Amino acid sequence: MSNHTDTAIHHVHRDDVGAKMGMWLFLFTEVLLFGGMFLIYAVYRYQFPDQFHFAAMELNTTMGTLNTIILLTSSLTVALSIAALQGGNKFLSLVFLSVTLLFALMFMVIKYFEWTTKISHGIYPGSPELLGKPNGQILFFGLYYVMTGLHGLHVLVGMVVISFMIVFIARDKVTPDNYVKLENSGLYWHLVDLIWIFLFPLFYLIQ
Amino acid sequence: MSGNNKHHISYGTYILVWIALLAFTSITVTIAGVNLGRYTLFIALTIAAIKSALVINIFMHIKFDEPIFKTFLGISGATLLVIFLLTFFDFLYR
Repeated sequence: MSNHTDTAIHHVHRDDVGAKMGMWLFLFTEVLLFGGMFLIYAVYRYQFPDQFHFAAMELNTTMGTLNTIILLTSSLTVALSIAALQGGNKFLSLVFLSVTLLFALMFMVIKYFEWTTKISHGIYPGSPELLGKPNGQILFFGLYYVMTGLHGLHVLVGMVVISFMIVFIARDKVTPDNYVKLENSGLYWHLVDLIWIFLFPLFYLIQ
Repeated sequence: MSGNNKHHISYGTYILVWIALLAFTSITVTIAGVNLGRYTLFIALTIAAIKSALVINIFMHIKFDEPIFKTFLGISGATLLVIFLLTFFDFLYR
């Protein structure tokens, strides 16, 4: 802690490094959570390479690519929002965060159409159509739904977190002098992006 | 206060990184259409790793942050690697 707050009436205790350290520790647990799933994916893909390839043909590469571009761009806008606030531009920071929220929404809408198309084709966990397929394909689609589902849940949580940041910045709870909350939200959002960077080639780009 | 005297990254740098990320995405999508046999997965994962490195270093500021965060990241990466190696040892040689 520096002592420049000593003269203030309220002695504000703040530890930005500690706050970020907590966030990184949390991200560590997230990496292990998804890591376990990637491990299951790796073992079963090794066991059923042909069936994984065959099942992956069903996925829509265009939608996957579009979602990749959307998520990468949303990562950029979060980073830009932090840079804007660091530069003291509160309005621009709010604009970038709102755009991020919009991208996150677009991601979820595309995901929704993707899932409903699959489900309307009778491919969903436990469906008679899916259970009639070989084991490797059942596993592929099971992993597809669990991993992209858990990732989608993270996107939704990220949207809530970003919404809170928009309110905090608007109400000057997060300011150019005290923006560690925004930085931590950004870290979370980038992690969601990172996980997608691996999900995308593993599910959509097996040809 | 450490939060305020950090290395600030410019808009331009972020945009360059974003362009690089999009370029790698188009490369990985294009390459996926070419039949490279067993190298396909290796190339896809290498590109994903490069993209991750860009996101972690620049977007997540790891390159400019306290060294302790790099240590955290190193430990989580090493833990995952050990789990993968041990699992595959078990799986391949049982």
